[in-house]
Order: sequence, then structure tokens, then C-alpha cells
Amino acid sequence: MDNLGTIGTTEEQIELMDVATNFCRDKSPVDKVRALIDDDLGYDPGIWKEIGELGWLAIAIPEAHDGVGLSMAEVVPIAEQMGRNLMSTPFGSTTLAAQALLAGGSEAQQAAWLPKIAAGAAATLALREDNGDWDLSNIDATGDVSGDNVSLSGKKQLVLWADSAELIIASVKVDGAVRFVLIERSALPEGSLRRETVIDETARSYEVSLDGVTVSADALFDASRTRETLEKIELAAGLLHAAEMTGGAQAVIDYTLEYLKTRKQFGKIIGSYQALKHPTVNNYVEYEKARTHLYSAAHSWGEQGRGEVAVRMAAAQSHSSYSTAADRAIQFHGGFGFTHDCDAQLHRRKAILSGALIGDAAYQRSKLAGLLFD
Amino acid sequence: MPDKPSAAELKDYAEQADAWFKENTVRDPGFMLPLTFMEVSTDQQFDFLRDWQRKVYEAGYLGASWPKEYGGGGLHSEFQRAATRAMKKYDAPIMLNAIGNGWAGPLILDLGTEEQKQKYIKPMLSAEDIWCQGFSEPENGSDLGNAQLKAVRDGDEYVLNGSKIWTSLGDRAKYMILLARTDFDAPNKYAGLSFFLNPMKIDGITTSRIKKLTGEYGFVQTFFTDARISADCLFGGEGNGWSMAMKTLEYERGAKVKPVGGFFVKELDVMEIVELAKNSVRNGKPLLDDPVMRDKMTQYMIDIQALNLNNTRRRMPQLMQDRPMGLPLMNKLARTELIRELTEFSLAFQGTKAGYYVGDENAIDDGYWHRSYLNSFSATIGGGTSEIQRNIVAEHALGLPKTR
Repeated sequence: MDNLGTIGTTEEQIELMDVATNFCRDKSPVDKVRALIDDDLGYDPGIWKEIGELGWLAIAIPEAHDGVGLSMAEVVPIAEQMGRNLMSTPFGSTTLAAQALLAGGSEAQQAAWLPKIAAGAAATLALREDNGDWDLSNIDATGDVSGDNVSLSGKKQLVLWADSAELIIASVKVDGAVRFVLIERSALPEGSLRRETVIDETARSYEVSLDGVTVSADALFDASRTRETLEKIELAAGLLHAAEMTGGAQAVIDYTLEYLKTRKQFGKIIGSYQALKHPTVNNYVEYEKARTHLYSAAHSWGEQGRGEVAVRMAAAQSHSSYSTAADRAIQFHGGFGFTHDCDAQLHRRKAILSGALIGDAAYQRSKLAGLLFD
Repeated sequence: MPDKPSAAELKDYAEQADAWFKENTVRDPGFMLPLTFMEVSTDQQFDFLRDWQRKVYEAGYLGASWPKEYGGGGLHSEFQRAATRAMKKYDAPIMLNAIGNGWAGPLILDLGTEEQKQKYIKPMLSAEDIWCQGFSEPENGSDLGNAQLKAVRDGDEYVLNGSKIWTSLGDRAKYMILLARTDFDAPNKYAGLSFFLNPMKIDGITTSRIKKLTGEYGFVQTFFTDARISADCLFGGEGNGWSMAMKTLEYERGAKVKPVGGFFVKELDVMEIVELAKNSVRNGKPLLDDPVMRDKMTQYMIDIQALNLNNTRRRMPQLMQDRPMGLPLMNKLARTELIRELTEFSLAFQGTKAGYYVGDENAIDDGYWHRSYLNSFSATIGGGTSEIQRNIVAEHALGLPKTR
């Protein structure tokens, strides 16, 4: 089987890992995470500005568009540390929008938007619809081209950070074929955004109505790039969320270990009981496997064949290990685990949203099976 | 320490090794070859593997990076790694003398006297002297520190009484690394233990073969009845037995002493299982069209790929910062449990054929999968059960308190 990935790192990746480890830990303590749950915006604008100034939004953007000229591989350690510290910002959605532009945007579209994103403008993708299908080509929103204009209609769901995004890249059907279209948020009519209640309270998500929105025909990606764009989005999202979930799995295991090392029952530290100890080890083993797959996926990024296998393995393993570790974290905290105050629920909820966005572990495996066995 | 070789030197050596193993590797000698040193059952298997190890050693591809003065090749460890890669590439048989090369040898090279190094190293590399391990006892398995085999000093000798069990190659070995109790009044159970390089072919030591769950023989119980050994056999000083035993585990994880080379346990080739699955039928259709089997097989592919890549990642400090001991400590647990699950899974492919066993002409692959599954427990139990491994990971990698 020659489409299995290998593992390796780049110097830039490791430097970014060091910086991101400190930054995310210092800027996103859990009391701040919890305070932001009740905040409309959902993130600290000062920190978002710092993220822009650090150049993290520019990492995977080519130098020709004012980017750093690296790749998604170097975004991975940052997303990992953000997930580890539950740092919620439009970083992920913006990074994915840039990847979509790189895969499907024309030279002019890239030139118009990538430098802005590199400089710190937020962006997002509007892909999902009411049918709940993870197949991103199964959509009903439409674009009617008439002369130089495209009239859009339909609803997109789970559009992360849409109220903060300057740019929304939506998928619509034009003459029956999936196309991507650039929408400036400022062009949306009043009332187009409805904030959704999503299971991860640290995220902000919107339903976006495209009804009554008209954009210039220049805003469409070329039809010939649709397939490539869909693939790129799926893989970049898989990698990014795998990174966040891997970091989250580490955090929730560490959080559980702290409790197991301090809580006493029957006169003993509960972490000395094998009924708690052994499943915790199992969860730790699964986490380390996820992290290995993550850095293999980063290393194999962009390689034909191998890249997709590695990303899907990372996405499957990180989703299953994060879900299980957080599930057991709730249980092992006993009565406290059932409360909103226990951080285990933050992770359990986040894992569910991530799976909903990119396709859960079982979905990733079903895609993998085709790549591996057929 | 020899200098790091140039790329050209290494390439030359690797090409020679490649050519040698291509030419000399026998994959199918006409009988089933053991997948691990714990599965050597028949004389035929033993003789074949002993000859093979000697041949590899004499060609310079085993112990290549061990010191020349004791019989090694004196080369940088990169050379030995290249030779081992060639062995893997050509699916070479295992190295037989696992306890010697993997456990006793590194201990002797690290802490032994000049005389011990001269005496033991070369014949263990050539498989002339086979070694076995005497740690577990019938009443003290997972609680190894409670070993009770008695060693009483009498002049220049120790007198041994007691029994060891699950001794792979015990009836064929010349030496045993032996954990015995020299002090029954020590302040704790560990402090009373001492470590011996014990000769097996002496009066007072007998072995009795144990029939395994597979129906084959592979290990023995060893009985010590007033067996007298020279006091020179004591290794590391009285009362230091536990720390010597623990050191052997460190070497196994690749600490301090350079790798001897080869492998003692054959890695399961997952592609063989995928092939088996592809060739199997369910309800008249290919087995891998069955969504449940397909999903399980995919999960195992994810697991195998993770463990294979872990072997690379554990040598990358930049990806091992948070818990440097995590991957090395979990490796045995994760790998042996996965092999058990996978070999069990391979039986699920076989439909009615799952009912056959080694020896029946209707058995798929001569019952290889059935035997592999049953034998897989040798690794999930031997060398510290999976349950003990979880305690080790919990206590030494995750910092949880001891279970006691």
C-alpha cells in the first residue's frame, strides 16, 4: 500500500509550535474562555488583532499575496494549541477561506482578498445546508446569472463567525453545477444572519440567507475549479479540525489526570484505582495515535493520494479519541462532571461540533475505506 | 564511539546488506517459521533459526555496532540500522537469541566486567550460547518483585532452590538471567533480590516442557533443587537484582547500549490481512463490501499506521516534548493488543473455515491465522501483562499514583 503517509516536521512548524504553546496558554485561560461564552462576539478583539500581527493568518498564503509562503503544515501546530486551550476565534474559518481562494479563485480574486486576509481580515465559508449531508456537493442554494449579475437564493447553515467575516465564500448551484461565490458581508441585506445555537458554546455560528443577494459575475469562481476547490476545502478543514481536536484531547486528558491525582474517596487518591487508571491510559494511547496521525497528515499535506489518506486518518482518529476522552472525563469527575462548571463538557461539546462540521470518525473511515481497499 | 559515517559509506554498506539478504534470506523452508522467539517449538525450527542467526552474524549484519573487542563489528549504529532495514525488506526470519542479544548482552556490555564481556558476548551473537530468562515464578507472575527462588551463599557458591516458569527456550539455553532472593529479611521485597548469570546445564536444574494453548511446546518450567553455581555468577551485587532487572527493560526500549540489530518478533504484515479479507466472501459478495467489516478493517489500518509512525516519532524530540516517555512506554501495550485484535479479526473473515485448525487440509493458510491469534497472547501476557503495562504507563508517563 503506497498511499500511506510518513511523518516529519519543518523548522518553521516547531518554531510556531513553541510560540503558539505559550501564546494560547497565556491568552486563553479557562476563566476567559468561559467569560467569552456569554459575549456576543465570542472572542477578544485584542487577541484577534494580535493573531493578525503575529502573521498567523498569512502562514499558508503565498508571498506574492503578502503571505508567508508556507503551507497548512505550519498552521497545524497553531490550531493544535488553540484547540488545547479552547481558544475560539475566526482563525480556522479564515484560514479555510484562504485555502478555498487559493484552490479556486482567479488571479484577480486572490489578489483582491488574500492580502487582506494575510493582514488580519476575517473570512468564512458557507457550505452546509438543511439536508445535513456531509457531501458538500449536495446543495440546493442557487445562483441565477443574468448579464453581469448573479442573484443568489437559499440558506446556508453552520457558517462560523459570519458576523465577523468581511468575506463569505458560499457554494451555490449555477445551471445545476456547484460553483463558489465571493460575498462581501457588507453586501448582505439586514436580517440575513441568524445566530444559531450550536452545541459548542465557545463557537459562533450563523444561518445565512442568500435570498435577495446579488453579486457581480466576477465574484464566481471558475466552473473548472469547483472539484479542486471542494477537495481542498474538505482536506484543509479535516486537517485543521484534526489539529484542534488533537490539542483538545490532550487538554481533556490532562484535566482528568489533575482530578484523578487530587480527588480522594475511600481514603485513597482515586487515580490509584485501576477502574479509572486503565481506561485513562487507553484514552492517552488513542490521543498519542491521533497526534502521530496529525503530524503525518501535516507532513503529507499536498501529496497526491497520500495527503488525503493521512488527513482522513488524522480526522478519524482525533475525532474518536477526543470524543472518548471527553466522554470519560465527564464520567470520571462524578457529580461534578455533570455540572456546567466542569470543563469536561466544554470539550465534549466541541468534539461534537467538529464532527458535525467535517464528518465524524465513522464518516472519515467510510471515505478512507474507498481509498484503501477499492 | 565511531564517527558518524558519511552518506557514501552508509550507502555502500546498505547496498551490500541489501544484496546479502536478497541472496541469503530463506522465507519458506518448508515448515512454519515462528513469528517470535517465544514460539520456537520443534527442533527443526530451532536448528533453522540458530543457523540463520549465526549466518547473519558471520556476514557482519548482527552486532555490527557492538564493540569489536568482544565480537561485534565496531561500527556506528547507523550501519546496523541499515542492515536491519534490509532484513525487514526481505522479510527475513527472526533472531533466535532474544534474551541474550536483547537483554543480557546490553546489560553485560553496560555494567559487566572485562572477563564477562569476553566470555559471553561473542557466543551469544553467534547463537552458540542460547539465553533464557528466569523472572516469573508459578506464584509470582505480575508481582515480579515478590520472586521467592532462594539463593543462599555457601562459600564460593550459591545454592539455588525454587522454580521459574514460562521460560522460552529454557530447555535449549546454556544460560539464564535469573532473579533470585538472597535476603529474606530485607527492608522491602525488592531489596532482597539479586541477579545472576546462571548456567543451565548443571546438576540440580531440570526443565519440564509446558504445552501451550496452541497445542505446541515452546516454553518450560525450570526447577532448581540444591543447584550450586559459582558466586561469580552474581551480577551487579547482592540486593541489586531489581534494578538490574529493570535495566534490562530500559535496554529493550533502546536506552544506552546500541541496538544489536535484527528483530525478535516479526511484525504482522497488515497487507496479508487485507489480502485475506479481499479474497473472502460473505453472502456471495466480497467480504470488504460488508459495511461492518469494511469499517473495522479501516479502523485497524488507522491503528497500524499510527503504531508504525510512532516508531519514527519517538525518535523526534520535537514531537515528544510533553511526555517523552509516553510512546516508548505504551508501545508494548498498544502493539501486542492490536496484534491480538487483528489476528482475532482475521478469523472473522473466514466464515465456515474459521472452524478449522492447523493440520487440516481445509484450513486457510494451513491454520496460520488461528495459530497467530492463539499465540498473540504470549505477547499480551508475557513480559508484563497488558494490565501491568497500563499501570506502568499510568504511573511513569501520566504520573498517577501506584495501585497498591
